[in-house]
Amino acid sequence: MVSKKGFIEVGEAVGIIAAQSIGEPGTQMTMRTFHYAGVAEQVPTGLPRLIELVDARKEPKKPIMDVFLKDEYASTYEKAKEVAKEIECTTLEKVALVEEDFEEKKIVITLEPSELEAEGVTIEDVKKKVKSASNFHVDINENVITIKPSSASLRSIRRLTNKLRQLHLKGIDKIKRAVVVKGKDGKFFVRTAGSNLAALLKHPKVDGKRLYTNDVQEIAKVLGIEAARQALVNEIKQVLDMQNLNVDIRHCRLLADAMTMDGEIKSIGRHGLSGEKAGVLARAAFEETVKHLINAAVHGEEDRLIGVTENIIVGQTVPVGTGLVKLRMKL
Amino acid sequence: MTPVVTKMIDRIKFSLFSPEMIRKISAAKITVPDTYNDDSYPIDGGLVDPRMGVIDPGLKCKTCGGKLRSCPGHFAHIELVRPVIHPEFAKVIFFVLKSTCYSCKRLLLSEKEIEELAAMIESEAEDELKTKTKRKQTHCPRCKAKIPEIKFIRPTSFYKDGQPMLPTEIRDWLAAIPDKDLRVLGLDPQYSRPEWMVLTALLVPPVSVRPSITLETGDRSEDDLTHKLVDIMRINQRLEANINAGAPQLIIEDLWELVQYHVTTYFNNETSNIPPARHRSGRPLKTLSQRLKGKEGRFRYNLSGKRVNFSARTVISPDPNISISEVGVPKQIAEELTVPIHVTSWNIEECKKFILSDSYPKAEYVVRPDGKRIRVTPQSRDEILSTFGIGYVVERQLMDGDIVLFNRQPSLHRISIMCHVVKVVPGKTFRLNPVVCPPYNADFDGDEMNLHVIQNEEARVEAEILMKVHNQIISPRHGHAIIKPQEDYVSGAYFFTKHDTEFTKSQACHLLAMAGITRLPAPDRKDKYSGKLLLSMLFPKELNIKVKSKLIKTKNPEDDPDALVVIKNGIMVSGALESRSYENEILEQIFHNRGAEEARWFLDTSTHMLLDVVSKHGLSVSLANYSISAEATAEINKLLEDMKREIEAAIVQYKNKTLERSPGLSLRESLEEKIMQITSRARDAAGAIVEKSMGYNNSALIMAKIGARGSILNAIQMAAMVGQQAVRSKRLSRGYRGRTLPHFKKNDYGAAARGFVFSSFKKGLSPTEFFHHSMGGRESLVNTAIRTARSGYMQRRLINALQDMVVAGDLSVRDSRGMICQFLYGGDGLDPIKANVKTEAPEEIKREEHEA
Repeated sequence: MVSKKGFIEVGEAVGIIAAQSIGEPGTQMTMRTFHYAGVAEQVPTGLPRLIELVDARKEPKKPIMDVFLKDEYASTYEKAKEVAKEIECTTLEKVALVEEDFEEKKIVITLEPSELEAEGVTIEDVKKKVKSASNFHVDINENVITIKPSSASLRSIRRLTNKLRQLHLKGIDKIKRAVVVKGKDGKFFVRTAGSNLAALLKHPKVDGKRLYTNDVQEIAKVLGIEAARQALVNEIKQVLDMQNLNVDIRHCRLLADAMTMDGEIKSIGRHGLSGEKAGVLARAAFEETVKHLINAAVHGEEDRLIGVTENIIVGQTVPVGTGLVKLRMKL
Repeated sequence: MTPVVTKMIDRIKFSLFSPEMIRKISAAKITVPDTYNDDSYPIDGGLVDPRMGVIDPGLKCKTCGGKLRSCPGHFAHIELVRPVIHPEFAKVIFFVLKSTCYSCKRLLLSEKEIEELAAMIESEAEDELKTKTKRKQTHCPRCKAKIPEIKFIRPTSFYKDGQPMLPTEIRDWLAAIPDKDLRVLGLDPQYSRPEWMVLTALLVPPVSVRPSITLETGDRSEDDLTHKLVDIMRINQRLEANINAGAPQLIIEDLWELVQYHVTTYFNNETSNIPPARHRSGRPLKTLSQRLKGKEGRFRYNLSGKRVNFSARTVISPDPNISISEVGVPKQIAEELTVPIHVTSWNIEECKKFILSDSYPKAEYVVRPDGKRIRVTPQSRDEILSTFGIGYVVERQLMDGDIVLFNRQPSLHRISIMCHVVKVVPGKTFRLNPVVCPPYNADFDGDEMNLHVIQNEEARVEAEILMKVHNQIISPRHGHAIIKPQEDYVSGAYFFTKHDTEFTKSQACHLLAMAGITRLPAPDRKDKYSGKLLLSMLFPKELNIKVKSKLIKTKNPEDDPDALVVIKNGIMVSGALESRSYENEILEQIFHNRGAEEARWFLDTSTHMLLDVVSKHGLSVSLANYSISAEATAEINKLLEDMKREIEAAIVQYKNKTLERSPGLSLRESLEEKIMQITSRARDAAGAIVEKSMGYNNSALIMAKIGARGSILNAIQMAAMVGQQAVRSKRLSRGYRGRTLPHFKKNDYGAAARGFVFSSFKKGLSPTEFFHHSMGGRESLVNTAIRTARSGYMQRRLINALQDMVVAGDLSVRDSRGMICQFLYGGDGLDPIKANVKTEAPEEIKREEHEA
């Protein structure tokens, strides 16, 4: 077993070590994007992805999900494909040509039967959905739907057209594309562009326990902060591993823990962790110097000089490592 | 001598100056909008009034009597005839005005709401206040008066129901708000009354803050701040004259507005919606805000980073003969840098010798116990020695064995600064053992490094314990060795431990002597000594290793006698070392089992030995190493022909639309994907051919395989073909419409047209290939530039966010406020440096032991 000697020493500036360990290899990382077969091109990896994670963006640039299926659907491609079709969100735009006729002040929707079939949507479905989406007179003629809005302004027609193009016909919202992929274990799973954790967790054919998304904020929302913390660790580690950069997992854990310690995902930077630091001087030295000084004066703030930066500024020992130890003398 | 610290700064309070306070601390009231008179003497009451302190040598400060160095400078003030708004506080003023009633000057909240807010914790109250102030009210809940609509136009204009408000009116309003209501707004009335944000007296910083410079011509050039203050004074005086003369209101307001402009730009010359004040030359002035802000501002440039004495910088060059923990310091530098030595009864004689010496190790200064520094010269020498004794400090020149810090920028991690022992050497460059290059990321193509001499015992001890080179052998980043032998040392280790390497007795003695070993083991190959045996002399007894080599020369690993590296009880049994086994396995085990000092010893001795091995064995590469046989060339050509044909076939399929579509891709994208697969397959196949043709006696291939230098890809590009060029991970496509160059047909998707370089570097590239290659090269250059900037900023943010995280006594991680970040560091409390320790021998070896 691990000997006692293996423990970290008290006072060690583990934050700085973690930051350096993750930041230093940054110069060696590539900026290239990764191609997830079929789902989404150009998923950020390397440095851009790491910055994305550390920034705690609301949504990753390219949300991706790996949807593992219950055994009975995972065995053959066809069955998995069925689920993929079911999941994939189909918009009207995908199965039809939506055009506006400004002269006649109408919108013409030409359905493409082949696409309809491919997506597994019936004409009746579309008609019903279109009808309920537009409160105007709807004319249905074989494969062509014509809508005559009562209000005549061109702008409102344009707005309605855009709305119709995005009309949600079937599938799960936000799942833009779903592709069947053969896993390493020989079983099939679905990889999607776009992420909707809450909806897929409820899906009866999906193995919710193994559901994966790269959207950490969504995990925080759906599963809670502890899950998000673990997801952050995994994502950071994965980014570094993909670049063949060996970084101890403990550094990733510290970073993730620091980002999630307040119960929500805080970004690294002036809008997150750094902006909420205790010391006025530390904040002023980081970014937005004048703003912090002015606010400190207005609120009569006090800097207790408990951080690293503050003590460097005033020229005192830093409260880290050996600087933490004090002697009290009996006088 | 360093004075004993008796007081520490405990806290710093931020607040606003009241006009009364400004007048109270002011040493002078500025009355003249000018600086020097015709005799270039400071004008009394001018902006460089001598009561504010002096910057000219020889003059005395009229306030404290101090001279240039001893006077810290004193503030003065300007009485503004009409108040003006402090631009940086305008937003706060707006907030206060919006939240209070114009008639009764109370908060626009009922008494009950105020009490509720006062009871809440700060952050909650802030949010609550925001929602409450946002709601639309037409009448004051207290006095029922109509609430005027307040409009704020940045930077400093306020309107009440569309009518402009004068600063006097605003000031009166703010002054009438009771303290109690201000507290609810988050203001601390004791330290920041809102009316103080409308300035009636302007604080003038001392001249030492804005020194003027004398040009060679003898002309004085004033600081930007002084210029700005002169502007303020001038307009302020004109305003006063106009008021006294009873000028029309319109003119007065114009001048007032002008004072406001000058004050605004005095505080911040980058205020939006306002033209920046400019110097005569057209350069925008650097005023207060600009002095503090940004990378070159006061905070980041002067406060977070400080300049130091006792440091040196020069070019580095390699010296494999010094220890890894040493640094070679040129004598010239050693003569310039000094180390303070406290005189005790044990070293007094030695210290006297330094004082008496006229040449190299001599004393430069002596510090008496009363703190007076005396330069040691032949004249002062006798006087110093007459009273010299214990308690004095001698500052002597840098000598062998002194402790210094050594650093190379960019300092990306803590091992970019390490503690070395001085070794004074001839020449003009710092010498560095090449084994310590990786942590500094240094090479010797002109790199410069910095050296800092430690000036007190406490720091010296800390540096030795915490920062000494051999204590940093294992990087905290991944728990593996970062200070490790590279390149030729690895090659040396390989040749040395190969199964057929043997040495005669005299050779063996010589090699062992290189490592400082004087004991000769019994020969293991009849009367000869194997390299393995000789290297084993450096291993500790308990070293047990079993790893697969990176270089396996035969199809079946068992046929290669060097394929399996086994060390049993400190004796090397089989295998030839390569980078993994030498740099990591052996070194790390010694470090963990025997400690840092022993690991240092192993690094020093083994590299000395291997250096001798590799220089005598000889290791070179030439063009011949990258020449492949005619058969291999033919094979490669055939491979390329096949590849071309395969690509053509795919293109035909694409044009016939019979190409299989990859899921989620368009037909065009599928084609690209397929071609990329074909080219990368061709590259791998070429690699195999090249490897085969080069053979395992080829030093270039050996180096690539054992991880010493170079890679197979380099060999392919030189011997076979350069391969596919890419921009944004795709084949080249941009340039002209439908083609990269006019040499090709439009919409030609073939290999050559889309950036495949068939030629090898050895053969030379055709013009189009050269152009394509430089397209790819350009991208990687641009990417490197962007990447360094982006990753630098990311690291700055990471450091800033995490720098206060420290391991507390219970192994939890806490920030400076004491908030817990992790309950147990890393989840298991383990130090990454010590987490990978393999203290026990591999299972197989233990079992074999048992059986034997």
